[in-house]
Amino acid sequence: MINLDEAAYGYGGTTLLSDMSLRLVPGSFHFLTGPSGAGKTTFLKLCYADLTATAGRVSLFGQDTASMTRDEIADARQRMGVVHQDCEFLDHLPLSENIALPLTVAGRAGPAEESNLEDLMGWVGLSARRDALPPELSGGERQRAALARAVITDPEVLLADEPTGNVDWEMSLRLLQLLVELNRMGKTILVATHDLALIRAAKAQVSARVLRIAKGQLQLAGADL
Amino acid sequence: MSAFSRILDLAQGDPQADRVVPKRGHSVRLTLFTSAAMAFLAVFALALSLAAGRLADRWSEALARSSTVRISAPLSEMEAQTWAVLTVLEQTPGVSSARALTDEEQRALLEPWFGPDLPLEDLPIPRLVEVIETAEGYDAEGLRQRLAAEAPGAVLDDHIRWRRPLVRAAGRLRVLGLASLALILASTAAMITLAAQSALASNVRVIRVLRLVGARDVYIARAFVRRFTLRALSGAALGAAIGMIAIALLPRAAEEGAFLTGLGFSGWHWLWPLAVPPLAAFTAFWATRAAALRTLRTLP
Repeated sequence: MINLDEAAYGYGGTTLLSDMSLRLVPGSFHFLTGPSGAGKTTFLKLCYADLTATAGRVSLFGQDTASMTRDEIADARQRMGVVHQDCEFLDHLPLSENIALPLTVAGRAGPAEESNLEDLMGWVGLSARRDALPPELSGGERQRAALARAVITDPEVLLADEPTGNVDWEMSLRLLQLLVELNRMGKTILVATHDLALIRAAKAQVSARVLRIAKGQLQLAGADL
Repeated sequence: MSAFSRILDLAQGDPQADRVVPKRGHSVRLTLFTSAAMAFLAVFALALSLAAGRLADRWSEALARSSTVRISAPLSEMEAQTWAVLTVLEQTPGVSSARALTDEEQRALLEPWFGPDLPLEDLPIPRLVEVIETAEGYDAEGLRQRLAAEAPGAVLDDHIRWRRPLVRAAGRLRVLGLASLALILASTAAMITLAAQSALASNVRVIRVLRLVGARDVYIARAFVRRFTLRALSGAALGAAIGMIAIALLPRAAEEGAFLTGLGFSGWHWLWPLAVPPLAAFTAFWATRAAALRTLRTLP
């Protein structure tokens, strides 16, 4: 699904990440943790081909991202859901259309998808905000909307970058619950977070591997979690 | 997919996809204004080209159907040679009519150079005979030989040396009109390219979001292409309509002023300006598509 083989990334003569190896198998749940600035976002960007590894190999659905065309990358992203740290939306479109954007882009907008959209908006508790414009949403609403947008196409894998970064603990647990439910539905999940309490709460519900980025290296986190 | 079916597909559109790019921005007004102005100019260039074509045909036809015989002879022989020329002309197949210009007509021809009260009878002025041809025309070389035998002072001028430069000038005017049309189209393409690039640059964030949710470049480009094509079409329709009205309102005048007042369309030529808006839309389609795909390749 997503494989990293001794992948590295750097720029300007500085190596930010090195010797990264990971195999995301279908149905797995991974947390990626580490201090701010450790390279978690960069790692995720390598995983959805927003960046290209400067050494080693990153493959998406069996294709080396270094040799993928722009169209192939776009097609691969249609099979993935990504929750970005900054939760960017199209500010001129109402929330419902923003959440349905991956369907629109994939040319899959139809009555069945419209029904799924209604269910999904209810699932993330945003039914009442369907006509709101993104600038009118709170931080928590944006996070939930970003999660809904990431899963609207029923993707095979979900990558989430600090999905609870702007919300209170109660909302964090609610979002975590959504991720756990998705994993139980068979989705592959990779969540980057610095929130160790969230990881502990997740481990109580689901079998998750925890990875840590420290000094540019990827390690399996131990019993301290 | 053919260009036609692409444009048809574009015209039908995808309202949902069309909404992903915000409609704000000065490029809307710029494209509309540019297309309208260029279509207005294109209608005039078209009118000029068609009018020049008609003029070339008219001059060619009018001059081709008349010619002149000039008789230079001593005064004592002038009358006899004139009769001889008229007799030869009457017998020549392809000559519809022939007549000698009167003294008053010759005086009128010379008056611009010599002033009024010209004493024609005292000057060795050649006698002019106007010849009108039939549609089939006559054998100029044969007529020259007969005139040389019957009236040695007669010289046939079939207007070829006048006709050629006039027709050539009108022909070049027509080419200039067509070249102006090509330049107008190229300028339209250049301005729409700039407007499209500006629109793309001001929507970098939108493009980034679209890419992150899996949009292909061609999908993103299509949203811009459709918008610019429709703007160019509506702007050009407006400009062409105003141009056609302006041409229709040009004053009509007598034959003498036909060069200027004949600048317009006649008959089925009025259909030509209707091709300007689709042509502008076609130009906008390819200009925007090329600009969008080129710009998208440079964006991270």
